[in-house]
Amino acid sequence: MSEWALSVDEVVAGYVAGVDILRGVGLQVNAGEIVTVLGPNGAGKSTLIKVIAGLLRVRSGKVQLFGEDISDLPAHAMVAHGVGYVPQTNNVFPKLTVEENLEMGAYVRTREIRRGLEQVYETFPDLQRLRRHAAGRLSGGQRQMVAIGRALMLKPRLMLLDEPSAGLSPLLVGHVFDKVREVRDIGVTMLIVEQNAKAALAISDRGYVLAEGQDRVSGPAQELLENPEVGELYLGARRGLA
Amino acid sequence: MGQYIADGIILGATLSLGAIGLTLTYNILRFANFAHGELLTFGAYFGLALAGALSFGPTLGSLTFGWGFILVIILAAVLTAGLAILLDMIVYRVLRRSDVAVALVIASFGASLMLRNVVVFIWGPQPEYYSRSIAIARPILPGVRVTSDEIFVVVLAAVLMVALHLFLTRTRMGKAMRAVSDNTLLAQVTGINVANVIRMVWVVGGSLAAVGGVLYGLTVQMIPTMGFNLILPMFAAAILGGIGSVYGAVLGGLVIGLAESVSVMWIDPGYKPAVAFALMFLILLVYPSGILGERP
Repeated sequence: MSEWALSVDEVVAGYVAGVDILRGVGLQVNAGEIVTVLGPNGAGKSTLIKVIAGLLRVRSGKVQLFGEDISDLPAHAMVAHGVGYVPQTNNVFPKLTVEENLEMGAYVRTREIRRGLEQVYETFPDLQRLRRHAAGRLSGGQRQMVAIGRALMLKPRLMLLDEPSAGLSPLLVGHVFDKVREVRDIGVTMLIVEQNAKAALAISDRGYVLAEGQDRVSGPAQELLENPEVGELYLGARRGLA
Repeated sequence: MGQYIADGIILGATLSLGAIGLTLTYNILRFANFAHGELLTFGAYFGLALAGALSFGPTLGSLTFGWGFILVIILAAVLTAGLAILLDMIVYRVLRRSDVAVALVIASFGASLMLRNVVVFIWGPQPEYYSRSIAIARPILPGVRVTSDEIFVVVLAAVLMVALHLFLTRTRMGKAMRAVSDNTLLAQVTGINVANVIRMVWVVGGSLAAVGGVLYGLTVQMIPTMGFNLILPMFAAAILGGIGSVYGAVLGGLVIGLAESVSVMWIDPGYKPAVAFALMFLILLVYPSGILGERP
């Protein structure tokens, strides 16, 4: 049996007692892969990422990280296990400078902060120029870079991105996803939750489509892009993904 | 006029030290802590108890105290920080788990009342002084006379504020405190131990309040209601400076201190507290989020 970087099995979870948002979701991510979870609004994408990040308890089912059961670990323990989580909104410390934001990303691993900063500035050269600026004053795209950079400071084994394209112009979306691929190329496994299927699948190895709290379709990214069933599930219409 | 300005700066130094803790607890624990004034009171009375036990040594120059008093201030700050943490453990931490924000405010009101009476019980209601020797005011500018003790108060407050600034901008814990105040949820998923940060808020807020209390006791006098009498001007200071902003609290403390002091030139001193609030209203009309508060 091969060991997955991340394995989610039959996970059931929700916010309100008696109401399950996730109703038996399963997915696997190989080390070094970019995997995208797609789905319409309300399908449970954000809920799934919160469960993996430890912000929401698993009601039943199992979440494993490199073979280790992490189903019941709280969020701050997940950091210690090398899981970097980039929330969809409010994902920077607005009054802290860019560099202070990055330093906070390395809060649990105080050594090698310098090296971490160099690595982040190498991947995101813009951030070096802006390092003394308050993060709250940056543009949406720059803030997203700070957020990903902050998670990268942890030297994570797995990075969770919740809708990295949210609120960005199409041009910036492409730029952000290029950066996501660069981060993968330095050895970080990626799980992305996205509405923007086309842009996300373009850089992904594989994808899953979530609907009504269950994983409905999965496969290599290219196949999903061409699969008419995905378009129907995802958009609720026969428009395909274009 | 000059004399009133000097008096205002001295009062402002104490108010600023108190307002810093108020603004920190408001920003990180999200409630208005009415018991913060009692941390000043306890700081001052801890100082009194220690001053009785420790000898100050020979007085330094024209100050009314010796080197031992520095140790008294440090120990009073440590004890007060401990008291603040204890109060958090037995009162506030329990209530934080409920979602009723107003419960914390009302509880702090109760804690304030209780602590004030503990002071009366232990030390009695009469005014107290650290030293019976009389501080001589000397002219430093034409028409401005201050005592050496008063200069010490302003210098120490300024040193502590610079130290606080360095702590918040240069140290890992200081930055973590700002991060938690900025975005608690993100701080949690970043791995910052929020419980440690909360403890640090009480240490910083409590010890600065203690120093403020000792300095007030040194230049004015100590009574069990001293902190209670200062809490409203401290709130006015924190709010007009921009609640949540440490620098706003310092600035607000100075503005309120000056306003209360200078107003005596035209208004009966009995109306001093009203002056603080009238000024707060006026400033909030122009800057709704305070002078250094976040602009929406």
